[in-house]
Amino acid sequence: MAKAILYDSTLCTACRACQVACKQWNNNDGVETVNLGSYENPPELTPETWLKIEFREVEREGKVGWLFNRRACMHCTEAVCVRVCPTGALTHHELGFVTYDKDLCSGCGYCVDFCPFNVPRSDRNLITGLAKMDKCTFCTTPGFDRLSAGYEPACVKSCPTDALKYGDRDELVVEARQRVQVLKTEGHTNAYLYGEEELGGLHVMYVLDDSPEVYGLPVHPEVPAAAIAWQDVIQPLGWAVGGLALIGLGLNYLVARKAKMTRELPDKKEKSNATRS
Amino acid sequence: VELNRRDFLKLSVAGTGGLLLYGIMEGDKALAFSRQMPLKKKVGERTTVCPYCGVGCSAIMAVEDSKITNIEGDPDSPINEGSLCSKGASLYQVANNQYRETNPKLRGAGATEWTETNWDDAIAALAARIKETRDATFVEVDKDGNIVNRTEAIASIGSVFPNSEEAYLMSKMLRALGIVFIENEARICVSAAIAADGETVGRGPMSNHWIDLVNSDCIMVIGGNIAESFPVAFKWVTRARNKGTKIIHVDPRFTRTSAKADLYASVRPGTDIAFVGGIIRYVLDDMESNPGNYNMTYVREYTDAPFLINPDFAGPADTLNGLFSGWDGSKYDNKTWAYQSDPDQPENIKKDPTLTDSHCVFQLLRKHFARYTDDKVVEITGTDKSTFQEICRTYAATGQRGKAGAVVFSSSACQRTMGTQTVRTFGILQLLLANMGVAGGGLDGITGAVNGLGCTLQGLVNHWLPGADSVRPPSTTEQRVSEYGADKARLTSLLKAWYGDIDYNTSFNYLPKRGGDYSWQPLFKAIEDGVTKGLICWGINPVVSGPNSGSILQALQKLDWIAVIDLWETETTAFWKPAAGANPTEINTEVFLLPAAHSLEKEGSVCNSSRWNQWRYQGATPPGDAKSDLWIINKLVLKLKELYAGQTGKNAAAITHLTWEYGEPPDVHLVAKEMNGYDLKTGTLLTSPGNLKDDGTTSCGNWLWCGMYTGDGNMAARRDTTDPSSIGLFPGWGWAWPLNRRIMYNRASVDLDGTPWDIARPVIAWDGSQWVGDVPDGGWPPVSESEKYPFIMKSQGRGCLFGPGRPDGPFPEHYEPWESPLANYMSPQQNNPVIKSWETLARGNPTEHPIVATTNRMVEHLHTGAITRRLSWLVEMMPEMFVELSRELAEEKGIKGGDTVIIESARGSIRAKAVVTARLKPYRVNGTTVHYINLPWNWGYMGLSKGDSGNRLTARMGDPNTGIPEFRGFLCNMHKG
Repeated sequence: MAKAILYDSTLCTACRACQVACKQWNNNDGVETVNLGSYENPPELTPETWLKIEFREVEREGKVGWLFNRRACMHCTEAVCVRVCPTGALTHHELGFVTYDKDLCSGCGYCVDFCPFNVPRSDRNLITGLAKMDKCTFCTTPGFDRLSAGYEPACVKSCPTDALKYGDRDELVVEARQRVQVLKTEGHTNAYLYGEEELGGLHVMYVLDDSPEVYGLPVHPEVPAAAIAWQDVIQPLGWAVGGLALIGLGLNYLVARKAKMTRELPDKKEKSNATRS
Repeated sequence: VELNRRDFLKLSVAGTGGLLLYGIMEGDKALAFSRQMPLKKKVGERTTVCPYCGVGCSAIMAVEDSKITNIEGDPDSPINEGSLCSKGASLYQVANNQYRETNPKLRGAGATEWTETNWDDAIAALAARIKETRDATFVEVDKDGNIVNRTEAIASIGSVFPNSEEAYLMSKMLRALGIVFIENEARICVSAAIAADGETVGRGPMSNHWIDLVNSDCIMVIGGNIAESFPVAFKWVTRARNKGTKIIHVDPRFTRTSAKADLYASVRPGTDIAFVGGIIRYVLDDMESNPGNYNMTYVREYTDAPFLINPDFAGPADTLNGLFSGWDGSKYDNKTWAYQSDPDQPENIKKDPTLTDSHCVFQLLRKHFARYTDDKVVEITGTDKSTFQEICRTYAATGQRGKAGAVVFSSSACQRTMGTQTVRTFGILQLLLANMGVAGGGLDGITGAVNGLGCTLQGLVNHWLPGADSVRPPSTTEQRVSEYGADKARLTSLLKAWYGDIDYNTSFNYLPKRGGDYSWQPLFKAIEDGVTKGLICWGINPVVSGPNSGSILQALQKLDWIAVIDLWETETTAFWKPAAGANPTEINTEVFLLPAAHSLEKEGSVCNSSRWNQWRYQGATPPGDAKSDLWIINKLVLKLKELYAGQTGKNAAAITHLTWEYGEPPDVHLVAKEMNGYDLKTGTLLTSPGNLKDDGTTSCGNWLWCGMYTGDGNMAARRDTTDPSSIGLFPGWGWAWPLNRRIMYNRASVDLDGTPWDIARPVIAWDGSQWVGDVPDGGWPPVSESEKYPFIMKSQGRGCLFGPGRPDGPFPEHYEPWESPLANYMSPQQNNPVIKSWETLARGNPTEHPIVATTNRMVEHLHTGAITRRLSWLVEMMPEMFVELSRELAEEKGIKGGDTVIIESARGSIRAKAVVTARLKPYRVNGTTVHYINLPWNWGYMGLSKGDSGNRLTARMGDPNTGIPEFRGFLCNMHKG
């Protein structure tokens, strides 16, 4: 039975309990930030920040709105990161989401580069290439596995307004569809359940009162062709010729360079008419 | 309560919250996971209560080797059901924090550094300082021969964070020393709500409780920001909204509360009286046209609406230029603000049950508010007319029988020179709509800190002893216990608790008598003027929180000594350092820094905003040599007793005879039992304030707490998660004062015969012989039988639309804030006529300072940020002091988001980062554009995140009722830095 998290943005007050509860359970430090003219911080996900709440100001029908969105791993069924991970550090958990064993991560950075949601984060040394990726593990990090111990993910547990729920994915889909229907009857004609179908079905689904782009979510997230090529052709070939180390190092550098540029250009994959504030 | 995880899980599943959260988990546990290994940290077993806001969320702590390794929400708590906000979720970083103070420190006159010391030496030195200052300034008898036994040379401020038992001992110690300048944060936070609600319905605190918000049909949040300041309470607002409840938010700023509201109205700061006055006018008009839409029986029977007022009474509606009758040029003589007497009518009051007599309260109210037309409201508040009208219709709909509306507010309604009258408008509206006492109704004035209510009610404000109003500290002329009339038993029981075998007529005069206004602002003025020479600060940071905080910083430099009991080196602790802009060598104040234990490191009870007392257990061991307030107070008192032993003069008996046997280390349970009280003849614990005797045969430290710790045990520690009421009363979870009553004034939720107005959501009901449901507010039979009316703290048992006890008028009238860019459009009377001022600096004028400003707090930081600005998880989210301004103002000033800007008022100037937002809009009032900015007050010059304090700009003005400062509406200007 697949499990999922349902995030209902219309119930979220952006108290950010989830952002802190995630750090608390997973022993992640605070990140040094500055005020950039917004409540939102840190500006991007980091190796120590696996989950953050985004703030967007919108004007709809002449009225101000403040939209909140949760940003963390989407736990895709068609998970690019799992495809490209050469070491098996990223795998599909038997409950459907993408789990992660940091001990197995080689720091190659392919997941960082190919994720259609721009979620995985890795700080690496440009010369040695030594790095470890970090992202939300659905609270199944070995030794900190809340789910197998019988607890909800830390973010869900902390949420005061039931904007985050954890449960059987099928049941949450039914609940979320009803919720979207209610929003439509209340006049939110673009209300949408994000993640029901996207990438084979996400294990973090979103109830939105507007279309995904308003919330900075890609309307048609896709598995990049290069990622399919990597897993299906280059990776086996690489193993066959035994040149993995060499190719890996070369790719490492390229990907690292690209990842660095990505960090300098945040939100490259987000198109939104809303102001982040 | 040491439980293993399995037991805990069982415990959780047994409770409602546990079922909700863990029911879905049980299935998973059966799954065989492929890569399972034991958890490297425990989830938590020992319970505590979050130390931040007034919601009182329960949390569970995992403790290993005396250290806390995990904290998260307690799934059993019916209040928070396992959730926390970002502050609560960050508690781990309080318990494991490199900035914590671990050893007592001293700083001598002119010294540039701290000197580390030990507890024995620090307490001995502090006790000596206290004795020296006290004895040199002690007044035993005043010039008129009255016994006063006080010193004005020592002041104590704080706090709202200790456990109630600690606050009680603090109060007991301070009073025994003859100290009269005793204040805490409640004064500058929500004191106006206490004065207003006391006048209207008889008691100050929130009348219902958090969970009850789910029973509302409409929740109007006005002068408050519940989603940000009380985030977990928004659980119940959200639940209500999900089932169709309308949420209204009225505020100058579009906040995280507005983002979740159905209706949002923007109002110019300081104009809520006009806004709510307009709603009251709408309701009164609509009652005339559609009386069937209102519960007129409630209005006629349970309020003073039919009472006739002295025919000479006149008000602003009678062209008195915005004033009421009795104005003598500087204050009111309120003799015309009185009921007409009629010996032939019950209670000797003339009444008109038809509510038509032109002198009855109902008609006077109509006349008064008739001037608050829609257009006038729009003109004054700058709000959108159609939204205002929709709010009138929506909220007035809660006036129907069987409907309930809640008014939720907090500091921003209170922190103004019209704070009390602002809250009075809320009460008047709630009485007219029959919303008091019913499920989902109420006047919900939220206290800002977890134990704000619990600490204040132990007498940590100058005008209350433990037990509040009815056991007020005596004034100079009150020389006998008999002055307390019907409340005598409460006072004599307190005196028996404090002075044991001493005759209470003798011990009564041990208590210091009040000879003036000893509230927050006069207190700091007394320091400034050199009257007060020693200050004790308990976990409080006035250099950041007080009005015109620059003046407080300077005042502290004049002290002979200051003792700070805190977790950290706060701004107040470091006022003498270069970081404060000071030159240490020029400052001769001696400073004691006594490192305190955090709530996670001690045991005791706290009382949340909705009066629920919950017990917290010790988790971690305090770092280094940090100690609990209980331990510190105990040690200090034992030392003082030693110093005063054998002395006869200077009221030494008040100290030497003070009962003080709590053990070493002190046993918090003994303190809790003393507060509850004993039958001194049998030695048994009392069970209810009804047991108190005025003949000296009962002791009781705080009559409101009587019943919390009985022979049946510690009621605050109860964790029964069942709810027999079906409306979320959870009577077996903790203990609510008074008498474990969950909804106050609940006898107003039934008709004259005891049948609930709302059959679907009954709070109490009369079954013919007794009340069933909640603990009734007064145990008498229904009104038709007993003629005992529901608002039992008011002399006639009626809710008071007419409030003759306030110095600034019996009806709320709109006046402008002290600093305002606009004239008062309602009358020529610009400000509250009896406004209080302690300000010696200039008043800003609109030419130089045209922008209106307010201060605020937020989810991520609490109060002065003393705690939260030292936690990296919270600092990461809100790293710097900022100012919110509209896009329009930003464009005018050439400011972009993230720019550093300078904001100036007539008091000072600060720097902040600009947050340019569409959520703030300029007001267009009568063709004038009024710009508005907002500043958090959570920053200061110490900690992990440093920044300027918004209170450098605010003024030392006050509401005439309580002296609460005007933080919400002052003038400033700004430019790019």
